[in-house]
Amino acid sequence: MSIQKLKPVDAVVVGTGVAGSIIAMELVNAGLKVVGLERGRMIEPQHDFAMPYVHDELKYDKHSDIFQDLSRETITFRNNLQQTALPMRELGSFKPGEIVGGTAAHWGCHARRFLPDDFIVKTKTDERYGKNFLPHDCTSQDWGVDYNEFEPYYDMFEQIYGVGGKAGNINDVKFEGGNPFEGARSREFPNPATLRTPMGEKFAKACESLGYTPFQNPAAAMTRAYVNLYKQMLGECMRGGFCGSHPCSQGAKASPLTAVLPALLKRENFELRPLCNVIKINKDSDGKRATGVTYIDSQGRMVEQPADIVVLATYTFNNTRLLLLSDIGKPYDPVSNTGVVGRNYSYQTGGKVSVFFDDEQFNPFIGGGMIGTSIDDFNSDNFDHSQLGFVGGSYIAVQTNGATPIKTKLIPPGTPRWGSEWKKATAHYYRRSFSITYHASCQSYRGQYLDLDPTYRDANGLPLLRMTFDWQENEQKMSAFMREKCEGIAKAMNPSKMGAKAVEKKYTIVPYQSTHNIGGAVMGSDPTTSVVNRYLQSWDVHNVFVVGGSAFPQNAANPPTETIGMLACWSADAIKEMYLKKPGALA
Amino acid sequence: MPHTPSAHAYSYLNLPEIAFLDAAVSRLIPQDELGPGAKEADVTYYIDQQLVSVWGTHGRNYRQGPWLEGTPQQGFQSRLTPQEIYRAAIRDTNEYCLKQFNVRFDFLKEEAQLEVLKGLESGSILLPHVSAKLFFDLLWKNTEEGFFADPLYGGNRDKVGWRLLGFPGVASGAYAAHIDNPTLYQAEPVSILDIKKGQASLDAQGYVKHVMIRKGT
Repeated sequence: MSIQKLKPVDAVVVGTGVAGSIIAMELVNAGLKVVGLERGRMIEPQHDFAMPYVHDELKYDKHSDIFQDLSRETITFRNNLQQTALPMRELGSFKPGEIVGGTAAHWGCHARRFLPDDFIVKTKTDERYGKNFLPHDCTSQDWGVDYNEFEPYYDMFEQIYGVGGKAGNINDVKFEGGNPFEGARSREFPNPATLRTPMGEKFAKACESLGYTPFQNPAAAMTRAYVNLYKQMLGECMRGGFCGSHPCSQGAKASPLTAVLPALLKRENFELRPLCNVIKINKDSDGKRATGVTYIDSQGRMVEQPADIVVLATYTFNNTRLLLLSDIGKPYDPVSNTGVVGRNYSYQTGGKVSVFFDDEQFNPFIGGGMIGTSIDDFNSDNFDHSQLGFVGGSYIAVQTNGATPIKTKLIPPGTPRWGSEWKKATAHYYRRSFSITYHASCQSYRGQYLDLDPTYRDANGLPLLRMTFDWQENEQKMSAFMREKCEGIAKAMNPSKMGAKAVEKKYTIVPYQSTHNIGGAVMGSDPTTSVVNRYLQSWDVHNVFVVGGSAFPQNAANPPTETIGMLACWSADAIKEMYLKKPGALA
Repeated sequence: MPHTPSAHAYSYLNLPEIAFLDAAVSRLIPQDELGPGAKEADVTYYIDQQLVSVWGTHGRNYRQGPWLEGTPQQGFQSRLTPQEIYRAAIRDTNEYCLKQFNVRFDFLKEEAQLEVLKGLESGSILLPHVSAKLFFDLLWKNTEEGFFADPLYGGNRDKVGWRLLGFPGVASGAYAAHIDNPTLYQAEPVSILDIKKGQASLDAQGYVKHVMIRKGT
């Protein structure tokens, strides 16, 4: 096939999600000519996400074309090295996006920073609990940057995404009403916290009776009309539900489509090319420098876009896969425990305890925008693990995302799965129940990784990415502990009935869990255990930056989007302030 | 059980399949003192419409071989599409019923239908062309969807599923002011279909102006 070669640009950014949109904006602001390449189609929110059509649970829970089209590309999956990986033929456990704006077009808006200890898991655990405390095959490691260095970039991201919350700690002064465990902030949130629902109030009271400290989830669905750092106006969230996995008709969800791209698309130095699927980063003859990327456009033409800087800012899976397909960095081998690309793939664990009240009804359909009440008493290293035999933690929350009728109907344990008893219980409890959820960290392990599948291929004939992953004992123990804590809180609410759902024995790719896949191209300070340095620059090819969830060396309990956005601000700043002045290795 | 011809023009299902599904979904979500069941909600028609959608032919699924069985954790690995699963499984189940009871599934008494459905669910009934459990799980998933999805997809007729729950459908602009208010919000449900038909009033942002109801119990 002939390849059409285009005129060079200063920078090409692959992906237009949370990371790609911010990096492109910042590079354009620095005066660079930037091309953004996106495999998905163009989105015009006022038409694509218009009322009432977005209030369609069937479509946005499962069937929407805003999610990745697996007929063209998927991953393969196995629980361990001994199994044959098989393709994920339909969406289940996670839902990556495939549109301009990426996965964030349907994100839940839960905008939490990671906690300071999350960035130093290895050092902190070794120091506090001894060198043998982490499981022997655990490959969790420090990020190479600490919370205090990241703080200004969290702050910047929050100014872009209009995060609403109440600070619990500003410059090490504690404030009531906020999260007492959060890392020190340089200032208050840009928007006020969400209101507390009656369900959140019940949870908060129960938590307080047990000595825990509840606070409102930081949320990136606007708690008031807001003009952001890029002068974009975002509307106030109406709490109309149809939120998680749905796009927002009000523009109240901060996302690339509302907070960044409308400003970026007006800039002369930026060109967005949707329906262009990058298949390779090209390198010069000695392999030390990238010369640009090759992509396949909507009409199937192979196009080469030369560029001085290449930023990979796609979903976790594609960042790793494009490095492997482009032969950048040494692929990870779990047997010899050498190599880096694909190493430290991880996910998040979770579960819930449901409470049922025969004598009380709620309005579970009112909500959304990650309105919720949490505690961090058992998150990260906020509690003593020495007698518990596991590392990591969880936030525990009651969140009201708008209980949609297909998916969010709780029934007490022991109710038949269908038939007249099921119907009675479903009708009775839809408005008389809610869940206490725990959303927990997941360490990285030697045998959990990403590589190229030896058998299955995508629509272009290129190998699919293969995931090898299972739940480990550390996470099972933590899950049991968190379930017990949730049950304690549940009992303090005095419900008529309770039910629990914990982590499965084996990880399964079938039911939806979270779109919080991370790792594979992790950041760090040691090139033998990381793909990118502290600025998310490739150790091997200095003009390639790899930004996204792929950079997390292991997963914290908090949702990843805020930290992905922060890393984009952090890496963009390093490119602007350091790399452009002196192109070369920054670390 | 005599079959009443439907008012719908079906796109995929044939008459024995419609009769089978009308009977099966009536057992899964029965009509009772709480109100209409899945058959009355037009769930059979919903399934028909789903089977001719992109989903019904797995248009967005990965469909390249090799096709191996895999573990339960590896998820759906059948080479059959939903269209093919329904066609093969209904035929196989009817054959099973003819052999066991001398009549098709839809002519069985309710108790016998329940036993057959339980046999499919547990896998104790073996179908020659498709996994009985795979079929049952799909049938139950689609039945639940058809009972609770927006009526624009052909099921949830008269919003009976939403009425059963007290779910008001498309949201109202009044929710934001109600978020921290424990007062019960009880409204006549409004669907996307209602709005398309001009049967609902909307505010300037396209949110519904709900008609509030008082419930006896």
